[in-house]
Amino acid sequence: LRVEWRRSRSEVEGWIWGRRSASSAAHQKVCVVGGGPAGFYTAQHLLKDVQVDIYERLPVPFGLVRFGVAPDHPEVKNVISTFTQTAHHARCCYYGNVNVGTDVSVEELREAYHAVVLSYGAEGNRSMGVPGEDLEGVYPAKDFVGWYNGLPSNRELNPGLDCETAVILGQGNVALDVARILLSPIDELKKTDITQRSLDALAQSQVRRVLIVGRRGPLQIAGTIKELREMVNLPDTKPEMVASEFEGMAEALKVIPRPRKRLTELMLKTAVDPPAEKERQRRQAASRSWGLRFLRSPLEVLAGPDGARVAGIRLAVNRLEGTGDGSVAVPTGEVETMDCGLVITSIGYKSLPIDPAVPFDPRKAIVPNSLGRVQQAAGLYCSGWLKTGPVGVIATTMNNSFDTAHSVVEDLTSGCLDATSAKPGSTGIGPLLDKRGVKPVSFSDWEKINQEERRRGAAQGKPREKLLDVEEMLKTVPLLGRGFLM
Amino acid sequence: RLKTSSGTNLVPCVKLCWKILELRGRCPVRFDMSDNKVTVHFVNRDGEKITAKGSPGDSLLDLVINEDLDFDGFGACEGTLACSTCHLVFSEEVYEKLGPVTDEEMDMLDLAYGLTDTSRLGCQVCLTRALEGMEARVPESVADIRQTQDSSS
Repeated sequence: LRVEWRRSRSEVEGWIWGRRSASSAAHQKVCVVGGGPAGFYTAQHLLKDVQVDIYERLPVPFGLVRFGVAPDHPEVKNVISTFTQTAHHARCCYYGNVNVGTDVSVEELREAYHAVVLSYGAEGNRSMGVPGEDLEGVYPAKDFVGWYNGLPSNRELNPGLDCETAVILGQGNVALDVARILLSPIDELKKTDITQRSLDALAQSQVRRVLIVGRRGPLQIAGTIKELREMVNLPDTKPEMVASEFEGMAEALKVIPRPRKRLTELMLKTAVDPPAEKERQRRQAASRSWGLRFLRSPLEVLAGPDGARVAGIRLAVNRLEGTGDGSVAVPTGEVETMDCGLVITSIGYKSLPIDPAVPFDPRKAIVPNSLGRVQQAAGLYCSGWLKTGPVGVIATTMNNSFDTAHSVVEDLTSGCLDATSAKPGSTGIGPLLDKRGVKPVSFSDWEKINQEERRRGAAQGKPREKLLDVEEMLKTVPLLGRGFLM
Repeated sequence: RLKTSSGTNLVPCVKLCWKILELRGRCPVRFDMSDNKVTVHFVNRDGEKITAKGSPGDSLLDLVINEDLDFDGFGACEGTLACSTCHLVFSEEVYEKLGPVTDEEMDMLDLAYGLTDTSRLGCQVCLTRALEGMEARVPESVADIRQTQDSSS
C-alpha cells in the first residue's frame, strides 16, 4: 500500500486553508493584446505570477489555430485545450470583440496595466510587387486560407475555381496546405471543419493541376516532410515533376543533416524513381496532379483576352549562388510563361502597425525588441510573430512567448518596472469601452458561440460549422457585454 | 488496523471511501496498491533529476501528464504526432530498447530542436518492464525547426 501526493503541496495547502488572500502577485496586472497562440502562451506563463487580461479583436479566440491551421489537421488544434485551461485560470480574463488601436489605444492600456504585451501577429501579406498582381484570380495564400477557414474578413473572397491549372508561388507549408485543399477529395474534406461555403465551391472546382513554384532549388524548400508526404499520398492525384530539376541531388544528399536529407529523399523518390507497379497504376488512374517547380521567380501576372482575369504568369528563370540555406536565387535572363487561371501567392504573412504610439520597423515588419522588450518603451513587450517575423509553427511561438513572459516577470520583480503602485487594470478600461459602445465578449460567451458552432456542425457530420459573421457571433450571446468585470 | 467493537475490519470500507473521493477528484492523495510500475528518471532542462513511476503500456507523455511533471510546453498536440514538443533524448543503451520508430514519428522528430541520434518523441515510447530505471533527458528547447532565419528578404 502506497500513498502518493497527487497535487502539489501548495495546492493542498490552499485546499485546506482556503484561498490565499490577494498577494502582491495578484496585485500586478498585465494585459496581452491578441488572443492567438502567442497571446495565450504568454498569458499561460505570466499567470504563474500576475493577473492577465487578454484582449482580442474578434469575438472568438485562438487566432491562427482557428483560422490558419488546415481543416484536415485537427490534431494540431489540440493546443486549444491548453488555451482553454489558461482562459479558465482564476487570474485570467478574456475580452473578445475589442479592437486595440480603434476601440482603445495602447497608451490607455499602458496607463491601466503594469505591463502590456503585444501579441497580435501578422494580418497583412507580403506582395510580389509585380504587374498584374491585382488581376482577378490572384489571391494571397493568407486570404485563401482565411476563406476556407472561416475568417470573417475573407468570407466574400469567392475565388474563381473554374480553371484547370493553379499556380502557387512559394514552397512553404502554407503553400502545401493550399495545394492539398485544392486537390483533396471532397469526401475527405466534408468531414472537417472547413466552411460549408468553401466546401461547396471546392465541390464545383475544375482545378485539376496545381504547380507549386519556388525561386530556389529543391534543397531550399521551406515546406516539411509531413506535408510533402501528404501530397505524395493524396488520393486520386499523381506527382508531375521535372526530373532534370533534381540533377545532382543524390550527391548533395550525402552531406546534409537528417531532416533535410529525408525530405530531399522523398522528393527524389517521387520525382525520379520509377514507381512500383501498384503505385504506377494508382498514378495512371489519378484524375488530378501536382508538381514542384524550382528556380522560378514571378515577373508579371498576365491577363487573358478580357484584360481583367489572370490567364498566365511570366517567370524569371534563376540559378543558385551559394549552397544550402544561405544560397541566393539570381536571374539568368531567361524567361518562361506558365498558363494558369488561378494564382496564389504564398510568400509570407506580414505584421502591420496598429497604433502610432508603438515603435514599428517597416522593413522587417516587426516591433523592434530585445528578448521581447520593446525598444525605447518601458512596460511594453511583444511576443509571437510580431516579435520575430511570421515564421515558425505553434511550438516556435510557444517558446518565443515564454521568453517574453520571462522578461516581463523579471522586470516586474527586479523593480525595473514600477510594479508597486496600484493600477486599475480592466476597471480602468471597462468604462472607456462602455462609453464607446464596445461590447466585450467574455470567454464563457465564446463557449456559447462554440456550442452553437458544434451544434451546427453535428447536423452536417462535421466537428463544427464556423460562424462567418461577427454580427452573427454577437447575436449568439445573450446579454452581451452585461458585465465587463464579471 | 481499524476495527469496530464487534471486530469488523473497517479498512476495506475506508479504502472504498478514499477511492470514491479520489475518483471525484477531491482527494489530494492517490491510492496506489499495485507494484507493477516502471520507474523513469527524467532530467529536466535545469539538470534536475525527477523520478516518476508509470504503468507498462503508458507512454512517456502519459507519465509526464499523470505525474503532473512541470516541463513547460510538453506535449502540445496531446500525443497525436502533430508537433515535436515531447522530444526526449536517451542513452544509446536505452534507445536500443525503445522499439521501432515509424516514418510518421520520424517526420515530426525531424523538426525537433536539438535532434540527436538517440532522440524519440515521448508520446510514442511506451513503458515496458525492461525499461525499469531508464533515464530520459528533456532537451534544451521545444522550438520546432520549421522556422528559417530568412524571415524577411
